[in-house]
Amino acid sequence: MTDNTAQDAFVEFEKVQKSYDGETLVVKDLNLRIAKGEFLTMLGPSGSGKTTCLMMLAGFETATHGSIRLDGTSINNIPPHKRGIGMVFQNYALFPHMTVAENLAFPLEVRKLGKSIREGKVNRALEMVEMQTFGGRRPAQLSGGQQQRIALARALVFEPELVLMDEPLGALDKQLREKMQFEITGLAHRLGITVVYVTHDQTEALTMSDRVAVFDDGRIQQLATPDQLYEQPENSFVAQFIGENNTMEGIVKEVDGDLAKVELDGGDVIACKPINVSQPGERTRVSIRPERVEFDKKRLKSGAHTLKAEVLEFIYMGDIFRTRLRVAGNDEFIVKTRNAPDQVRLEPGAQVEIGWLPSDCRALDA
Amino acid sequence: MTVSTKTDQILSADGMPLKKSLGRALRHQKRRALMLVAPLLIFIFVAFIMPIVSMLFRSVENDIVVNTLPQTVMALQSWNAETEELPDEDVYAAFAADIKLAAETKTHTKVGLRLNYEQAGIASLFKKTARKVKKWDIESDGPFKEKFIGVHKNWGKIEIWRTLKVHSSRYTSGYFLNAIDMRKTAGGPKAQPEDKQILLLLFQRTIIMSLVITGSCILLGYPVAWLLANVPLRKANLLLILVLLPFWTSLLVRTSAWKVMLQQQGVINDLLVQLGMVSDGARLVMINNQTGTIVAMTHILLPFMILPMYSVMQTIPPTYLRAAKSLGATDWTAFWRVYFPQSVPGIGAGSILVFILAIGYYITPEIVGGTKGVFISNRIAYSILKSLNWGLGAALATILLVAVLILYWAYDKMVGIDNVKLGG
Ligand SMILES: Nc1ncnc2c1ncn2[C@@H]1O[C@H](COP(=O)(O)OP(=O)(O)OP(=O)(O)O)[C@@H](O)[C@H]1O
Ligand SMILES: [Mg+2]
Repeated sequence: MTDNTAQDAFVEFEKVQKSYDGETLVVKDLNLRIAKGEFLTMLGPSGSGKTTCLMMLAGFETATHGSIRLDGTSINNIPPHKRGIGMVFQNYALFPHMTVAENLAFPLEVRKLGKSIREGKVNRALEMVEMQTFGGRRPAQLSGGQQQRIALARALVFEPELVLMDEPLGALDKQLREKMQFEITGLAHRLGITVVYVTHDQTEALTMSDRVAVFDDGRIQQLATPDQLYEQPENSFVAQFIGENNTMEGIVKEVDGDLAKVELDGGDVIACKPINVSQPGERTRVSIRPERVEFDKKRLKSGAHTLKAEVLEFIYMGDIFRTRLRVAGNDEFIVKTRNAPDQVRLEPGAQVEIGWLPSDCRALDA
Repeated sequence: MTVSTKTDQILSADGMPLKKSLGRALRHQKRRALMLVAPLLIFIFVAFIMPIVSMLFRSVENDIVVNTLPQTVMALQSWNAETEELPDEDVYAAFAADIKLAAETKTHTKVGLRLNYEQAGIASLFKKTARKVKKWDIESDGPFKEKFIGVHKNWGKIEIWRTLKVHSSRYTSGYFLNAIDMRKTAGGPKAQPEDKQILLLLFQRTIIMSLVITGSCILLGYPVAWLLANVPLRKANLLLILVLLPFWTSLLVRTSAWKVMLQQQGVINDLLVQLGMVSDGARLVMINNQTGTIVAMTHILLPFMILPMYSVMQTIPPTYLRAAKSLGATDWTAFWRVYFPQSVPGIGAGSILVFILAIGYYITPEIVGGTKGVFISNRIAYSILKSLNWGLGAALATILLVAVLILYWAYDKMVGIDNVKLGG
C-alpha cells in the first residue's frame, strides 16, 4: 500500500499492535521503517494512536504484538532508560525544582560523566539553542518558547541518535511555532539525528518533514513525502485531512488505464484519474484541490472538461482570493486564485464555467 | 447600593481625588463582606481567642493572696524572709484580722488551696486556724503570736511565712517555674526536689514521641499516598475511602481496639505465641507504655499525613518520571531526583499537621499510655481536673503553645511556609 522501503532502516516497526484494555486495538498492524537521519512526522487526528506509537518506541508502553527494532536489534525488552532515545514532551516536562543548567546536566549525571565534561556539554547545548545566559534560572522563570528550547537542548545534550517529539510546539503561538519549526529542522539536519515527530498540525508536518505518516484509526493511511501527500493522496481520508479539498460523489462509468469517467450524483459526467477505483459501477468520491480549478477560459487547457457553476461568495484574503461556488449541487465548492494584477474577481450571482485537468481530479474510495 | 454609587460618581465628577472616591465605593463592599464573616469572627473571638488570652493570663495571675490577706501582705513587707527570725507581732495581728474576715466570707479555703500547691499541708492548716480565729476578738485578744503557735506549731515555723511572702505578689512567675521543674523561693528560683521533677521529662518525652510518630506516619503514609496518586481515579476513590474510614469510627473505639490488639493476652501476642516466635512466658509488653502510644497514635494520625501528601502528589504529572527515564535515569534515580523533591511540600504539610496534633494529644496516651507513655497534655488535664492547679495547667499549656509556634517559625525559616501545600 505505501512506500515502506526506506533503505537500511534505523527504526523499524513490524506488525505492531497495541491494546490498552484488551478489547479495542488502538494501533492496528503498524509497519514502518525509518532511515537514519530521516525526519519523519506522524500526523493524524486526536486519538488516532500517534502518542501510543511514540511511547512504544520510547519504552513507556509495551507492544501487545509485533516487534520494534532500533538499529537492527529488537528493543521490546529493553527498559526506557537503556534505550538512549531523546524525548521532548508536549508540556516540556522540565524539572521545576532544578535550574536550567541542572536540567541539562541531569542526563549526563546519570551517565556518570565527570563534572568538567558535564559543564562543557551543558554550555555547548545552551549555545546551540542560543540560551547561554539562562543556565541559572528555574524553568518557571522562562517563557514558553524558552522552555521549549531548553527541553530540546535537554533531549539532545546526551547526543542520542534518535529523538522523539510529541507535539512539542503545541503550546506556542503561531509566530513562535513557525520560528521553532525552522530551528528544530535546522538542528536536526546539522546534527544528523533521526527524528520522529508527532503533530496534528498539517502545515507543521508538511513544512518540517522528510516523510509524513498519516494516522487514522490506528493505521497508517499513507506514508509519503509532503508533496506526494498533498498532490497524490491515496484515499479520501488523506485527501480530506491534508489541505483543503473539494469532493463530489458519483458512480464510476468506465475505467480506461489512466482515465476514468464518473457520473456525478447531479448527472454530469467528468473525467478523472482513477486512484482506488477499478470497476465500473463502484461508488467513488472525486477530489480536486481548490487551486487546481480554473474558471478563466484563457487559461483553461484545450480539452479540459468544464462544468457550470454559480458564484455564491467572494472572499478577499490578501495573497489569495477564495471563491465559493455551487457546482453539481454542492454549495461548498471552493476555488482559490492567486492575487495577480490580471486576475478576475468573480461577483456573487455570476454564472461561470469551471474546468480542470483530468490528472488533477482523483477518483478515490467513497 | 445604587444610590450610594450615584453619589460617589457625582462627587468624583466634582473634582474629588479618584482614590478617595474609589475607596468610598469599595468601603461599602468591604462592609458587606465584613458583615458576612462577622458571625464567624465573633464566634472565634469568644470561643477561641478569649479562652487563650484568659489561659495566658491565668498562668501568671496570683491576686488571691493579696486580695484575701491584704493587711498581712502589707505587714510582711517589712519582714526579711531570708533571716531566721519569725515575723513580729504586727504581722500576726494583721494575719488574725485578715483570716477572721476571710473565715466569715469563707474565702480562707481558697487561699489555703493556692498556697498548698507550694507547700503541702497549708490548706488544712488554714482550715483549722480559721475555725479557731473566728472566735477571737481582734481588738482585745492580743498578742497573737503565741496564740497562733498555740493553735498550730507550724505558725512558729519560718517556712510557712516565707511561702506566704514569696507568693503574695499580684503576678507571679511561680507557675512557669513549676512548669519547668523549679520553684520560687525567697532566695530566687531553685530546682524542685528530685522526686518532684517530672514535667521537663514529660515535655521532652512529648516532643521525642511526637517526632517518632511523625516519622512513622511519613514512612507508612508515603507509599499509600503514592499509590493513591498513581492508580486510576475509580480505584483511587475507593482507596481514599479506606484511608478515611478511621475518621468514621469514634476515637475512643479505635484506641480501645488497640488495647485489645496489643495487650499481653491480646491478638498479636496470641498470634506470636502460636507461631512460636515468642514463648508463652515472655509475651511482649506493647500496651500501657510508649510502644502502645506510638502505635495507636500513628494509626490515628495517619490520614492527616496521607491527605496532604496525596493532594501534592496528584499535581505532579507522570511525564516528569517518564522524562527522567528517557534521559537515562533508572527507576530509583528518577524517583529520588525528580519525584521525591517535588513531593516534599506534601511531606512538610503532613508533618506539621501530624506533629502539632500529636504534641497536644490527650485521649490516646491517656488510654494506652500507662505511666510511661503519657504526654504533657495528660499532665495539663491532671492539673486542671484533679489537682485543680489551674495556674500550673495554664503555664504548661502556654509553654506548649509557644513551643509549637517556635517550631512553626523554625520550619518557615528552614523550608519556607509557602512550600507547604495542602493541595492545588
Ligand atoms: N493509558 C491509556 N489507557 C487506555 N487507553 C488509552 C491510554 N492512552 C491512550 N489511550 C487510548 O488510545 C487511543 C490513542 O491514544 P493516543 O494518545 O495514542 O492518541 P494521539 O494520536 O496521540 O491523540 P492526540 O493527538 O490527541 O494526542 C485513544 O483512543 C485513547 O483513548
Ligand atoms: Mg498524543
